[in-house]
Amino acid sequence: MTQVRKDIFSIALFVWIVAAIPFFTHSGVVLNFVMMALFACLIAQAWNVLGGFGGQFSFGHALFFGIGAYFQAIAQLSWGWSPWLALPAAMLMAALVGAWVGALSFRYGLKGSYFALVTLAFAEVFRIVCLSVPFTGAGVGLMLPLKESVGNMQFGSRAGFVWLMLGLVTLALCVTAYLRNSRFGAYLQAVRDNEDAARAVGVNPFHVKTWATVLSGGLMGSAGAFYVQVFQYIDPAIGFGSHTSVEALVGAIVGGMGTLWGPILGALALHVLADVTRNLFGQMPGINMIIYGSVLIVIVMFLPRGIAGLASYTPKSWRRND
Amino acid sequence: MFDASILLSALLNGLTTGAVYALIALGLTLIYGVLHIINFAHGASLMMALYGVYALKERWGIDPYVALPIMVPAMFVLGYAMQRIVINRASHGKDENILLVTLGLSIVMENFALLFFKSDTRTIETAYTLTTVAIGPEAAQVMVSLPKLVAFAGALVVSALLIVILQRTDLGRAIRAVAKEKQGARLMGIDVEHVYAMCFGLGLACLGAAACFLLPAYYVNPQVGNGFVLVAFTVVVLGGMGSFAGALLGGLLIGVVESFGGLFLGESLGQVGIFVIFIGVLLLRPEGFFGAKT
Repeated sequence: MTQVRKDIFSIALFVWIVAAIPFFTHSGVVLNFVMMALFACLIAQAWNVLGGFGGQFSFGHALFFGIGAYFQAIAQLSWGWSPWLALPAAMLMAALVGAWVGALSFRYGLKGSYFALVTLAFAEVFRIVCLSVPFTGAGVGLMLPLKESVGNMQFGSRAGFVWLMLGLVTLALCVTAYLRNSRFGAYLQAVRDNEDAARAVGVNPFHVKTWATVLSGGLMGSAGAFYVQVFQYIDPAIGFGSHTSVEALVGAIVGGMGTLWGPILGALALHVLADVTRNLFGQMPGINMIIYGSVLIVIVMFLPRGIAGLASYTPKSWRRND
Repeated sequence: MFDASILLSALLNGLTTGAVYALIALGLTLIYGVLHIINFAHGASLMMALYGVYALKERWGIDPYVALPIMVPAMFVLGYAMQRIVINRASHGKDENILLVTLGLSIVMENFALLFFKSDTRTIETAYTLTTVAIGPEAAQVMVSLPKLVAFAGALVVSALLIVILQRTDLGRAIRAVAKEKQGARLMGIDVEHVYAMCFGLGLACLGAAACFLLPAYYVNPQVGNGFVLVAFTVVVLGGMGSFAGALLGGLLIGVVESFGGLFLGESLGQVGIFVIFIGVLLLRPEGFFGAKT
């Protein structure tokens, strides 16, 4: 099988399995777990598009998450939009912000640590602005009224949200598969591996990196919009706080950057780990983040290619690495 | 629109706050200048130092200023160990890895603090917390709080000490050699890993001093580092990565900007001014105003 067919086949298999879960169980606990695990997969995969394939490490991906979430809430509350219309518009808005941040950063040649810092600063600026202006509800945040109906994108059971989330994760997987198999994806990876060499053969690094930010931002925005639909509440700390950025980044790095299934594996592994510790230690504040931080350090130290990188180790290459 | 004495007091307030920013940024710029890495755990390390000062005061009644000879070596040891044991091993020679590892360290530290101290904001009571000093001629006197004035003086002393260490000692010579030419320094018999760890130690020792000067007039909670980390990065970027004079002036400038921003725009929106400067400088002049153009 060619790589394209393999990718399409594996994505279809994944969708088929996950989509079937709500038919086998009605347990709210299980479906909630699946939904939040898929949410973690989505943000990890969104980060992977820019960080893994583009090599641009963003420390402020919460920026796009927050934009998506606030747009979804404001479009319904202030302009009376249907959530089904607001969701794609929120993605578009987050993608536009991605274009703006990306174009600004890459136009002036920011890379590596500087890019990480500037994204962090952008997220922080938006958080403070949202705290101060009235149309985002300032520090109080925005609350969606509870009106359960499919037209309102407020499903009676978690099953609806699982399917919606699965749709978004599938979109993210398709974008990743596109990056793996298209000319644009090849350009992007070439720029990541050696920008000067890529430029020398006629690739425009500015153009390629900015588009990657647009794709990544749009996917992250859809996660924000979804969050608002499920929890019906958003405030500046949830929207633009650093924990969302951290979760996205750690999931992608633990799983394996620049791969199709790595971020999914990483996000799932972290989610299960967090759940297990919650059961072991009870609700201790910060324990989740301690695990995320420690896992990040350990993975960077011992498995720089993430969980997905394990598959490519043969006994021979183990020996060579020693 | 504003009385001259209000403006003057905002200026002095900004300068004294800025001195502490400068002190924090000095550690960051030292680490950057030599190791060429961005220590993302700088804010979290400051938070640890602040809790250290807090614990010394609450548990054993040690005055923050008396705690200086305890906190500075303690933070030095922490920094030395952190670089030698964790960061150096995890880097695999790649800058991105260091960024990620220090991010991981900051997350772990911040949340351990949350676990042990809870999210409460804590302050300490000292005899001089609320003492103020009048400055200026009879006609236009301005009140400045004593702890902030001490912090201002302390920041100047520490930066002078740092410059002396770098210019006059063997360690300083080794540090400057490693900063300029790592391989060459190694060939001359300098233990580069040791120098790296010494730099990290010195950088965190600055935080130990900053914490002692800061706490009498400030507070501590697990998130306190986050506020400082971006400010410190701004100062360092503004002054030029690796430049001490730049960090000192940048710190004072940022302190004043924050103070005036707060006066004209209100407390929370005033912070935006700092980030706008940060983004602007990063985009337009990433080598800073005192850094060498590369």
